[in-house]
Amino acid sequence: MISIENLSKVYDSGSLSVTALKEVSFQIDKGEFVAIMGPSGSGKSTLMNLLGCLDLPTTGKYELEGLEIGNLKANQLAEVRNRRIGFVFQSFNLLPRATALENTELPLLYGRVANSTEIAMQALERVGLKHRAKHKPTELSGGEKQRVAIARALVNQPAIILADEPTGNLDSVTGEEIMSLFHELNKQNVTLIIVTHEEEIARQAKRIIKMKDGRITTDQILEETSC
Amino acid sequence: MLILDLFKMALRSLISHKLRTFLTALGIIIGVASVISMISIGEGARQQTLSTISKFGTNIITIKPGQKKSRHVSTGKVDTLMLEDAQLIEKHVPLITGVAAQVYRSAQLKYENKNSNTTVRGTGKSYVSLANFEMAKGRYFNQQEINAAKRVCVLGATVLKNLFEETNPLGKTIKVDGKNFMVIGVTEPKGALSWFDPDDQIFIPVTTAQKRVFGMDHIQSIDVQAANIEDLEIIKEDIAQLLRLQHNIADGKENDFYVQNSSQWLNSWGDAAKTFTYLLGGIAAISLMVGGIGIMNIMLVSVTERTREIGIRKAIGAKKKEILEQFLIESVLISFLGGGVGILLGITISEMVSKIGGWDTIVSSQSIILAFGFSVGIGIFFGFYPANKAANMNPIEALRYE
Repeated sequence: MISIENLSKVYDSGSLSVTALKEVSFQIDKGEFVAIMGPSGSGKSTLMNLLGCLDLPTTGKYELEGLEIGNLKANQLAEVRNRRIGFVFQSFNLLPRATALENTELPLLYGRVANSTEIAMQALERVGLKHRAKHKPTELSGGEKQRVAIARALVNQPAIILADEPTGNLDSVTGEEIMSLFHELNKQNVTLIIVTHEEEIARQAKRIIKMKDGRITTDQILEETSC
Repeated sequence: MLILDLFKMALRSLISHKLRTFLTALGIIIGVASVISMISIGEGARQQTLSTISKFGTNIITIKPGQKKSRHVSTGKVDTLMLEDAQLIEKHVPLITGVAAQVYRSAQLKYENKNSNTTVRGTGKSYVSLANFEMAKGRYFNQQEINAAKRVCVLGATVLKNLFEETNPLGKTIKVDGKNFMVIGVTEPKGALSWFDPDDQIFIPVTTAQKRVFGMDHIQSIDVQAANIEDLEIIKEDIAQLLRLQHNIADGKENDFYVQNSSQWLNSWGDAAKTFTYLLGGIAAISLMVGGIGIMNIMLVSVTERTREIGIRKAIGAKKKEILEQFLIESVLISFLGGGVGILLGITISEMVSKIGGWDTIVSSQSIILAFGFSVGIGIFFGFYPANKAANMNPIEALRYE
């Protein structure tokens, strides 16, 4: 479903040019649960931005569900992000003045999907937050905020969910709860890619891609995890 | 995203910053209110001037002597109009209700020990109705008195006050340049225009004025009253033809007289007042402009503050156009709001000016539409740059913004 080939990204700022990603290639199939690991500066955020269609590669090929992303215009990229990709961020990134339901509904509004309120409600139900639908982010706990963010990522039934350090701002118990929610979603055949630097989190995935200095160092499929 | 959703979002963001929204809108409120009230004051002044002028009659045609010319050289003397001209017009020109030939000059009046220097107007019997005068006491002179060139006079209200104060003037004798005249009537005060007091004059028969006071055989102007304003042009043409014939003016030669009507006056006065209105409106429009700059300023702050929100929206699939519209709707809403409140304020101000200041003010629907349209236009114009800045943000950098 995801296929990247010799993907490179060079940041050019005048005299200084930094190669953040060097000829990275891999494939991810539907229903996979992949953790991307690496220290800061290893290029994992850059890879994340490229996979999330927030940025375009300098060279190389990225195919998402057979669609060549490198050729797309800004508006088409926005459409791919809207319909095929769900983002979960470390700092939740919810709109502070909108309720949980409205936050969840937002991608549907941009996608001009009918019955958006009901669909958003179903998504909130999937993450177990139906009873908090009318609350604003300030009235929610960290774990609840991240659940809203996950509901928002799920709501358009995307091809992949990209989670950037999803437990980074949570205590370990809440982090575990979020991880088990991811497991549940993965069982329902949702493709997940998690970027993390925590070994413990990464080990819960089915596949770990480790990166360093813009290259992939290891790409291993884990045995059935202990959780 | 549907425009309705964008509207809701913009409204929510404005409500969450109530004070800021109000202060930003205040610039527009003041701008719109001043445009509307200034134009209403200017328009009121114009209407008042026009109505004052029209008291003197808009259906009056005035004929004045022109210069006699021989071989394209003006001979200088302006004595081309005669009393017979007025009589001919009265006799032959249709659609008119009155003709009044006039001679006038300022003269010394004397009653007992009181002196007054005032305008002495020699006229026909229709002048009093032609010039919209009402009689307060006594009567105006009649045709017999005109034919016999009697020494009778009618006083204007100001003259009455100057010479007689509270005493009854009827039947008394005053001296006009040393000659005795009997007072037979007094006119009602008409109220002064700023440059001229129509009540500061006396009226005597035109024949008396020519023969016994001024010593002239020509006349200085003829006023003709039209029955209907619509007929003014036809009457003017008839008069011109008649006088050309009477004065023996060959084809192709210029008239030795001028025919004008007071609506021409009215027009030029109206134009002057209009310029005044535009000037006031223009000054007010500048404050509207300043209000627009205020909107731009606040929208720029708002865009910077909400960089992260913009990043989130872009990440979940907002297109450039949708971000642009969101912020543009916000700035237009502010100016819309300001425009609405400004209209109410402007109307209130102009009503207060008319009640407290005693000026006539007229709030025209055009000025409301103009001010409102202008303010919404300003919302779009000054909101565009900040909105465009938001729409062009890089989502990765925007998401990283702290």
